[in-house]
Amino acid sequence: MIKLTKVSKDYRTKVGWRRVLSDIDLTINPGERVGILGRNGAGKSTLIRLISGAEPPSAGTIERNMSVSWPLAFTGGFHGTLTGADNVRFICRIYGVDFGPRFQFVKDFSDLGIYLNEPVANYSSGMRARLAFAISMTIDFDCYLIDEVMAVGDERFRERCRIELFEKRRDKAMLIVSHSHRYLKGNCNRFLLFREGTIEEHEDFEEVYFRYKETLGEAFQNKQQMLAAMQ
Amino acid sequence: MIGALFLREMLTRYGRNNIGFLWLFLEPMMFTGVITAFWSATRTIHGSSIPIVAFALTGYSSLLMWRNMPGRCAGALKSNKTLLFHRQVTVLDVYFARILLEFMAASTSFVILGIIYTAMGWLEPPEDALQVVGGWMLLGWFGAGLALTVAGLSEKYEIVGKLWPPMSYLLMPLSGVAFIVDALPPKLREIALYLPMLNALEYLREGWFGSLMNAHYDLGYVATVNAVLTFAGLSLVRQTQLDTSDE
Repeated sequence: MIKLTKVSKDYRTKVGWRRVLSDIDLTINPGERVGILGRNGAGKSTLIRLISGAEPPSAGTIERNMSVSWPLAFTGGFHGTLTGADNVRFICRIYGVDFGPRFQFVKDFSDLGIYLNEPVANYSSGMRARLAFAISMTIDFDCYLIDEVMAVGDERFRERCRIELFEKRRDKAMLIVSHSHRYLKGNCNRFLLFREGTIEEHEDFEEVYFRYKETLGEAFQNKQQMLAAMQ
Repeated sequence: MIGALFLREMLTRYGRNNIGFLWLFLEPMMFTGVITAFWSATRTIHGSSIPIVAFALTGYSSLLMWRNMPGRCAGALKSNKTLLFHRQVTVLDVYFARILLEFMAASTSFVILGIIYTAMGWLEPPEDALQVVGGWMLLGWFGAGLALTVAGLSEKYEIVGKLWPPMSYLLMPLSGVAFIVDALPPKLREIALYLPMLNALEYLREGWFGSLMNAHYDLGYVATVNAVLTFAGLSLVRQTQLDTSDE
């Protein structure tokens, strides 16, 4: 379980402190799939970083009783002069797991072949994405934090990611940030809408999407109209 | 953790092909070579009895230590920011890994060059090896404390990161790379000895060729400055850790 109690986060800007998240209470249980919607800058990625522990909250507490992944984003934290294999080795070292079997998995999954021994700086963005995703699948977590994951990659690779995440890891908790309604609707069973630093929780996707569209300023007259547009 | 970061830094710094490691020695080697040649040529003018090679080697090696550590740490966060996504990697780990790498690099080049020069008959072994090691450690500690402080400050105020390189060039001639304190007029001596690295270097040099020189130093002063720098550096880094903000 992950439990956030009265969590706030402030960032300093040129015009003073800006509250990005205020008084968030949230509990995530094992196996739950939480979809996150909100405008750009509404605090979605900030929440992901706080839950991952990469940044501390300004106020409030975060309890983690299950292992939580780093935020999976397709950009990845790679060093350009290191090879793909070096990067895998590094991750294995800091998470204290065996390199051999993990490397084999990355090799198979990423389809990078001989490029794994080339510096990451020479990779295309698609290749980087494949490497990043493959690496993040090498370590087992109870909860995965997924920030705009499906933005890149070709059809075939996306399908493999889907199988890896949503079929092989169907019992894991996930937090998924996405702007794609198909993706969220198909994969999540709870939905959070971010609005001005606070979150609203909804069970029903149509409801949350309708409100999300409102925040974007492109509201539909009613849900029927929205559903028709979503087809 | 630091071990993993250390290996990673080593690969990024020196690369996969082994020529990268060679630069570690070539650079100080060329420098000590130039100094030695220059001093040998002008020897008749100043007529000192100090062994030139030992003088140049100790001077430049110590410079490497206290100048490179802060230099390498000042921008370290920027290039390692994405690593902080991993919960177990902390800002302090990133700095420690770099400091450790610099310390190892400077020590390796110091020792290997010492051995090479001795084997070639240009250098007498140190008179008191333990004192040399002690002086070296003091320098390393100073470099580490300074590195943490400069790095912490440079995260807070961008200007510090920009000011450090010119600052270090300013300090370079004052830090004893090219002189021993005894050669200074007494007035200047007092002022120069406010520099902790000069004190540590004098101590180190006394260990190497003490019978040929008159060393001036205050170890208590060096230790105090080191401790203050370390403390200040650690607390600054701690602050950085608390507000690693959005890029």
